[in-house]
This record gives sequence, structure tokens and C-alpha cells, in this order.
Amino acid sequence: MNENKPTDHSASKVMKLLLGDEALALGAINAGLSGAYAYPGTPSTEILEFVQANPTARERGLHSHWSSNEKTAVEEALGMSFCGKRSMVSMKHVGLNVAADAFVNSAMTGANGGMLVISADDPSMHSSQNEQDSRFYARFAMTPCLEPSNQQEAYDMAAYGFGLSERLRIPVMVRLVTRLSHSRAQVATEPEAAAENTLSYPQNPRQWVLMPGNSRVRYRELIADREKMEQESVESPFNRLSQGSDNSLGIIASGIAYNYVMECFPQGCPFPVLKISQYPLPKKLISELFAKVDRVMVAEEGQPVIEEMLRGLLDTPSRPVLGKLDGHLPRTGELSPDSVMEALVKAVPSLRTDSVEAPAASSVQAELKDLVVARPPALCQGCGHRDVYAALTAAMKMYEAPKVFGDIGCYTLGWLSPFNAIDTCLDMGASITMAKGAADAGQHPSVAIIGDSTFTHSGMTGLLDAVNEGTPMTVIISDNLTTGMTGGQDSQGTGKLEQICLGLGVDPAHLHTIDSLPKTVEEMKSLFLSEFEHKGLSVIVARRECIQTARRHAKKA
Amino acid sequence: MKCDIILAGVGGQGILSIATILGAAALRENLHLKQAEVHGMSQRGGDVMSCLRLSSDPIASDLIPTGKADLIVALEPMEALRHIGWLSPAGRVVTSTVPFVNIPTYPDTARILDTLGKLPNVTAFDMEQVAKEKATLRASNMVLLGAASPYIDLSPEKIEAGIQAVFGPKGEKMVETNIAAFRAGRETALSL
Repeated sequence: MNENKPTDHSASKVMKLLLGDEALALGAINAGLSGAYAYPGTPSTEILEFVQANPTARERGLHSHWSSNEKTAVEEALGMSFCGKRSMVSMKHVGLNVAADAFVNSAMTGANGGMLVISADDPSMHSSQNEQDSRFYARFAMTPCLEPSNQQEAYDMAAYGFGLSERLRIPVMVRLVTRLSHSRAQVATEPEAAAENTLSYPQNPRQWVLMPGNSRVRYRELIADREKMEQESVESPFNRLSQGSDNSLGIIASGIAYNYVMECFPQGCPFPVLKISQYPLPKKLISELFAKVDRVMVAEEGQPVIEEMLRGLLDTPSRPVLGKLDGHLPRTGELSPDSVMEALVKAVPSLRTDSVEAPAASSVQAELKDLVVARPPALCQGCGHRDVYAALTAAMKMYEAPKVFGDIGCYTLGWLSPFNAIDTCLDMGASITMAKGAADAGQHPSVAIIGDSTFTHSGMTGLLDAVNEGTPMTVIISDNLTTGMTGGQDSQGTGKLEQICLGLGVDPAHLHTIDSLPKTVEEMKSLFLSEFEHKGLSVIVARRECIQTARRHAKKA
Repeated sequence: MKCDIILAGVGGQGILSIATILGAAALRENLHLKQAEVHGMSQRGGDVMSCLRLSSDPIASDLIPTGKADLIVALEPMEALRHIGWLSPAGRVVTSTVPFVNIPTYPDTARILDTLGKLPNVTAFDMEQVAKEKATLRASNMVLLGAASPYIDLSPEKIEAGIQAVFGPKGEKMVETNIAAFRAGRETALSL
């Protein structure tokens, strides 16, 4: 359907002010989306939230319910694609680890209806535990990857990405980063949504059954298809090589890094620039740039994916490459117009323009050091996690070396003072399994603390391990009836937690439910202490609605 | 026209509503706009910052380069100082003088205000007091928007239309209260 033409932003378009996340979601709806799937995670949450609130999506009854985790979400989206309809699934970068099995194998089954796998990276770790770069996953799975550099491209890439996915019959990754996901700009949008695809089944049904015999055939095709994918990248309207007047340097700028490069040259960039927003890398365009210039600087947000490929193991590219691996750009954290300008000045000292005027801050610079102190986030006043931690820390005082294995959510803030209550935070669900491993090692008491949404995301299977082995450990499910950290999305276990635990085989005598309130702190403490002494598995559900969602519900009522 | 604004405050203070209103006003003026904001963990009582860029020409970066901001607009004096490195030589700080103390290590407020006073262009007053007198405490952020408005190249009528657009769905009373707070903030700033 899409013939690689740049999108026409003519008068028939409707201008809207949208976050990068929202632009992509609206682009998908307007391109005939049939279903959106996701598990909440900063900075990707607003994608599904936008679909949930969109009038067209509601009218059409498009799927927009939260999934239990990213893996179930990818599989559900793939099932919709199998039936010929356009689907998308969105998650944060570490969510793609959870969904990796489904995602990597979806490149093997391929797609039928267009399918977008949206992964939002969080360089600088504003709200994440690492800086992993989703482009590695696209390369690993051998799917195409789109990386919008602005909100308009995020919108346009939805329709383009569905087209690409249907032309190549493979899911297409869309990689976002925090500064695009959570930045607003005007976007020219279609006034009406295109029709949805009708139900249809894959042309090559064998490929969808990944038994070795089928997989071997399909894998050869997938490798052969890389040529087509690369050709698409060469012809992509989102990859452009622009000429410059000064060939002493060439710049490769991908995704949002392209904006920072352009910000450094308000009068236009004197150097040739290759803008990359579609992968696999267009080798032809890169060769053209290398043939033209003396040196090449690579500006990319996240890990040095393009740079490492250009350098190769022996670091022998045909022209010197400058970037994150040689210290021109910072190796960690997100890029900024400042860090890109600094790198350009390092490479081309004549670009330095020392301002005549001193910055406004210079007169007070010396005083700032002890006048500006860190203001870390904290649990809200009136949050039930606070009372759980008050009881837990009091109970732990009775032991010499108690260990509490934490998890991902607001309650990770329990590591900070005044609680200093948890010892670990690894990934979704790891509280239960790490507590189990510690108990296996002889740790007592071994305590896991996990939220309700994290429990149904990835805690249940680990709990089954502990049930089967009768592991002496205590699991506290701090249930606030929502997915709190990301802003209060529906939690898949609400109203079912005790049933789930009993169903997994937790001993009813050691499954307790208690309110987490200031007035129940003593009672919680006693309960914790008695269950720590139980020589088997205990689960305590401490429950109180999130203060933020409770306020919202009170307003509505 | 080009106006680069750093909005600063503490999670939950209403900084993002200011950005939304200016965004709505800029959209009507056919100005280009980019506004980067922070969601997630930092909203739990931590410091929050948003870059708001308005321009008659296309804008490249979502982030403002340091030393280039025309305005720092803050609902809290220490948060104004936190981002002072962004301010351009001729830039202005518009901030409330009321500290938001939710940490045990909060520095001496008098010293913070003293340091702010040494900057060349500062508009600082007790915005909570003005909000309480002329509207409601919750509308302190609209007092701040009003105080910053003389330094933003958008007419007050256009900004009020933005307030109408954003608060309209919540009822006419909300619109009136917030416009009253906006006007009081603007008048106070102009009378300093």
C-alpha cells in the first residue's frame, strides 16, 4: 500500500499536539489498526493509553486491554497478525527481554497482517534499571527496525511500518527513546482512519509451525530476505544522505540524535549528513558517505550500535570513525545538544564560538553547590507500601542478618531512607525467585516483597517453584489494586490474588490477607514475625488501594 | 519569534499544566512547538523539569541547549536554581519564593532567595499567597504562568484562550478561577 513516498502534509491534514508515543498510536489507528497490546512501562505507557481513550478506537472496538506481561502481549499481537489484521504491541526496553522469546521467534513465523513491535528505550535511566538498546534485538531477530527522529515521523512510520511489515511479511520493530516518547510537537494527521484489514490467513502456513524441519527452510529465507530489507532501507523516505560544502567530516545521525546535530547548525550543516531512521543499515548510502568524506562521526542515542558495526572487531574502517567508543561522545546517558556540540568542536575546533557574554549563572556558580541538593522521588503520603515497610523494618530488627528481596514498582523506593528496607532489585518477578535461591542457600529469614501487578506479570511462576519445594520463605504481596508506578493502569490480578495463590498450591494456613494501614502496622509486624518462623512457604497479601487512584475514584464518584 | 523555556518544580505541583496551556495557545498561533517532559519515577515527589520551545521557525532539538534558555519558570526557588545553567545571559527567572520542603536536607531558604536575587533578571514573589487571595491555592501554577506571561511573546488573551481550552472540560468555574489566578500573577509581576 505504501509506495515509499514521503507523506503529503497538505491542507487536508489535521494538526494535533502529540507526544511521540501518542503520535505513533494515532498513526497506527489511522492506518487501520485492529488491536493494540501492551504491559505498562515508562516511557511506553502512553501508547496504549492513547488507544484506550481514542474515539475511533472505541467506536471500532479495537483491542486495547492491558496484557499480563510483554510476552503475552507480543503473542496476542502476533495471533491477530496471523489472522491478517494489523496489530501493534508496545513495551519499554526491558519489557522486550521478557518478550524476547516471542519476538525473536516471530521473525521466524513472520507476520501476515502488518505488525509493529514498539520498544521504548530509556537512555539516562530516568525510570529504568539499564540502558539496553532495542536495535540490538532487531538485528538479532533479523527484523527491520524504524527509529523516528521526531513526532511527525513517529506518526508517519505507523502506516509505513504496517506497509513494510506486509510487504516483507515480518514484524517490524519501532524503536523509541524517552525524549521522543515524552516530547510533544505538532503533528499533521489524517482526518479519518483507514479501514481495517479483513480476516485472512497466512500464505505459507508451514512457516507458522516452528518445528525444526520448517524452521530450517524458513531460516534460509529469512537470511535471504535481508537483501530486500536492506534495499527498503536504501529507498526509505526516512533515510537521507544530504550533501555539504565541507567534506572534511561526514556525520551519521540516527533517530533523535539527528535533531541534536541539526540544533548545532541553525544556518544549516556544512558537512554531509546521513540521517538513519530505518534498519538494517543501508550499506549503499553509508558507502557513498565514506567515499566522500575524510572522517565520519556517528551520533546515535543509546548504545554504539552503528558505530561498532562500522568499526568492526579490528577497528579498521576505511575512514576514521568518531563517536562514543573513542570518547568524542559520552558512552553513558542520553545525548543532548550540548554533548553533540562538544563532540563536533572536538572534531572540528574551528566550530568553537566562544560567547562574548558570560552565562547568567556565572555570578552565582560558586554558591550553587550546597544550595541545590538532590530531591529523590519518594512514596506518596498515604501510600500503603509505607505501612508495609514500617512493619517489615520493625520485624526485621529482631534478626541478625535478615534479607529482603525487592522488585520493580513504586515500592522499589523502599530502598531509600527512611526505610532502607530492601536488599535487591533485579527485574520483574525476581523478588520471589531470588528469595527462593537465598532460602535454598540457607538464608533465614528470606523475604520477597512484590506488588500485585508485578506478581501477575512474572511472580506467579516463581511462586510455583517455591510451592513445589516447600521453600522456607515469606512472600509479601503489597497489593495497591493497580499498576502504580506508571500512573495507575488496571492490574491483571485485582480481586484474584488469593485465588491465584491457592490455585498454585500455597497452604491456606499460611496464606494471609491484611490491610496495610498505619493502624495495622503492629498487627502486620506480628504476622510477619510468626510467618518468618514457619518452616515453609508463606504468602501475605497486604492490601490498600493506591492513594493516587483512590483520589481519582473519589473525584469521579 | 523564539522562546525557550525551562519549567521546573516538584512532581505533582502542576508544572505540566503550564506547558499544556502554552502549547494550546501556540498551536492556535501556528507557532512551532516542542515540549519534552518527564514521566514515571521522577513524578513521585522528585524534581521535575520540562523544556518548552516555541518558535516561528521549525525547531530541531526537543531539549534546550544549556546557556540558551530565555526563561526559567519555577514553582519552587531551589528548583529554579537547579536549572540555572540553562539560562542565557539575558534570560529571566520567574519563580515562586515558597519552598517545597519534602527532604530533610533542604537548604536555608533565605540563602536560596539571596542567591536568586543576584541574577540580573528575576521575578520572584510568594505565588501561593497571591493564589490564595485571588483564586485558590491549587491555582498557584496559573499565578506563575501569569507572572511569566509578560516575557513570553504570546498575548495574554491568547494564553487565556489556552486556559479556557484546557480547563473548559472541567467546567466554567474552573476556567474562571484559573484565569483569575493568571491575571493576578501577571499584575503582580508587572507591578514589581
